[in-house]
Amino acid sequence: MKPVYLDNNATTRVDPRVVDAMLPYFTEQFGNASSIHAFGADVGTAIRHARRQLQALLGTEFDHEIVYTGCGTEADNMALLSALETQAGRNEIVTSAVEHPAILALCAWLEKARGVKVHYIGVDSRGRLDMDAYRKALGPRTAIASIMWANNETGNLFDVETLAELAHEAGALFHTDAVQAVGKVPMDLKTSEIDMLSLSGHKFHAPKGIGALYVRRGVRLRPMIRGGHQERGRRAGTENAPSIIGLGVAAELARTHLDEENTRVRALRDRLESGLLQRISHAMVTGDPERRLPNTSNIAFEYIEGEGILLLLNKAGIAASSGSACTSGSLEPSHVLRAMKVPYTAAHGAIRFSLSRENTPEDVEHVLEVMPGIVETLRGMSPFWDGASATRSAFTPSYA
Amino acid sequence: MWEYSDKVKEYFFNPKNVGVIEDANGVGEVGAIACGDALKLMIQVDPDTDRITSARFQTFGCGSAIASSSALTEIIVGKTVDEALKITNQDIADFLGGLPPEKMHCSVMGYEALRAAVANYRGETWEDDHEEGALLCKCFGVDEGMLERAVRNNNLTSMEQVAQYTKATASCSTCAETVEEALERINAAMVSEGVLDARDAFVAGALPPTRRAARKTSPLVELSTPTAPARLTTVQRIRAVEEVLTELRPVLQGDGGDCELVDVDGNKVMVRLSGACVNCQLASVTVQGIQQRLAERLGEPVRVIPVPAGH
Ligand SMILES: Cc1ncc(COP(=O)(O)O)c(C=O)c1O
Ligand code: FES
Repeated sequence: MKPVYLDNNATTRVDPRVVDAMLPYFTEQFGNASSIHAFGADVGTAIRHARRQLQALLGTEFDHEIVYTGCGTEADNMALLSALETQAGRNEIVTSAVEHPAILALCAWLEKARGVKVHYIGVDSRGRLDMDAYRKALGPRTAIASIMWANNETGNLFDVETLAELAHEAGALFHTDAVQAVGKVPMDLKTSEIDMLSLSGHKFHAPKGIGALYVRRGVRLRPMIRGGHQERGRRAGTENAPSIIGLGVAAELARTHLDEENTRVRALRDRLESGLLQRISHAMVTGDPERRLPNTSNIAFEYIEGEGILLLLNKAGIAASSGSACTSGSLEPSHVLRAMKVPYTAAHGAIRFSLSRENTPEDVEHVLEVMPGIVETLRGMSPFWDGASATRSAFTPSYA
Repeated sequence: MWEYSDKVKEYFFNPKNVGVIEDANGVGEVGAIACGDALKLMIQVDPDTDRITSARFQTFGCGSAIASSSALTEIIVGKTVDEALKITNQDIADFLGGLPPEKMHCSVMGYEALRAAVANYRGETWEDDHEEGALLCKCFGVDEGMLERAVRNNNLTSMEQVAQYTKATASCSTCAETVEEALERINAAMVSEGVLDARDAFVAGALPPTRRAARKTSPLVELSTPTAPARLTTVQRIRAVEEVLTELRPVLQGDGGDCELVDVDGNKVMVRLSGACVNCQLASVTVQGIQQRLAERLGEPVRVIPVPAGH
């Protein structure tokens, strides 16, 4: 049995076509893009081409709207830190309780070290943003609102266009962490109100360690890393040419596969999800089934703990992940599931399956085959699971 | 993912003694689903001999929680209740070839469940909810008694360790201050009893000693000065150390490692870890385990120092 990789929200396999495109830029065309000689000039041309490829995926108009970074986290940090500097007299951030640590840990530090006031907007039990609270939090002191486009754990999509408009009404900038959305959701930023957008290559079959921040033309950006004049002085440091070129090819591939992502991959995900819910009682989908990434399914299995599930899945050759405390070392279930108030009986047993265009129907069938047995084994050990109907009938999965 | 020992994996994938003893005469339940792990331990004790004849468990929790529960049942069957009570969480961890530090609370849970089951057998109303002193951490139901046992059994001297062994403070952390105070108090008591060096004791808000300060006043120097007279002769001590190492060796060898006595100098015991133990992330846990065993046997604090191979 070939291993089944269903952890694509954690990272993806680099597409072999991406690797092929990158290789010459390590050994043959290894020049520094800033150099005047041919070694450098060729690299400069290749980077310009790669930038256009990425622009096409995002639907941006101007090449200088893209600033390459070392990762998605860097892009997120750059966006918030820059806004605090450029938005004079504004010292507040509005964000959500379910952001990635790339935003949340930075905000926690800004509160402590810089006295920035941060509003963390909550979500309902399906993970939908509290729009009233969002509106109320925005004001003349808001420097920037930052809400993710898609949540990495549940796959929930946020209405970033409306959120951006509301932020602008308050005179604030709007940034979105689109690390999980790029390549899975169609984008046309040239018609968008979004001011800044973060992305990361390794989530769509480019290598790890390359990301980008989109900065809408006219939006001021203060560099976080100062030095040379690369990226027009907005992000110093010799360009990571092979990765930028790989990111370009990955973007082009993502664009051609975007329909597939929303048809074939979505169908596989739906088959996996409905198959599991049919076969296993006391399981619930967390998140908003109506507005979700096509590749993500987060299912909470009641009365058992996620790490055990992952260890047994791994033994069966299946890779998935969990927001459970035990696997993260945090001793606490995921902040996302807690913000959604997923009941404790279920939160500890939440498993995230995230697919990509590389998955096949056989992958899904394999999971459907082994998962019921795994859940049964662990429930058989659980003191909270009495196979009797008392517990069973007491619980009805609901999104209320 | 965690670096689990083969023994932990074995006890997770093929746990022994899972299930219920219908007519158990001792039942201990600790933890809660909200906390992320919970264990129900059932024991059958022969009232004439006080010997545990069988033990079974049900566990909700991660891989190491299930493995620790299973290991516990294996360890206690055949022991008298009094013998079983001498087991500490470290014994459970040792039995499993060590646990990652973040997972030590799984062994503590086993230890607490055993105490609860024995109390239940003896007809005492031991309750998880805080018969023993104030409840310190609401999120994880850690009371003073449990904290003190975990701190003493494992020589905990930092808040990080306390979280790893008991989970206290790891959620809302509103209990941080109370737990800090309790840790400081317990450590201070240990210092005055001579089982903990004053320099290692936790002091709330204190900075860690600088490297230079630590070097100048190494606790080892003090321990071996006449102010802390050794009760055993050197030969006796070496013999006792050898005995303990011989006992522990099978556990280490089970993990593909070994341990050899290099030298004994006052209260310093130099050992050489070899094989899988050397690069094992759990080396420090192993060393701690050996250290605790030695301290128990010798009845005095010792410090185990791993020396590199070839020395
Ligand atoms: C939503 C989100 N934001 C940011 C990141 C961080 O991206 P990177 O790993 O490139 O720093 C991730 C990836 O884990 C993510 O899922
Ligand atoms: S009370 Fe201790 S972590 Fe919440």
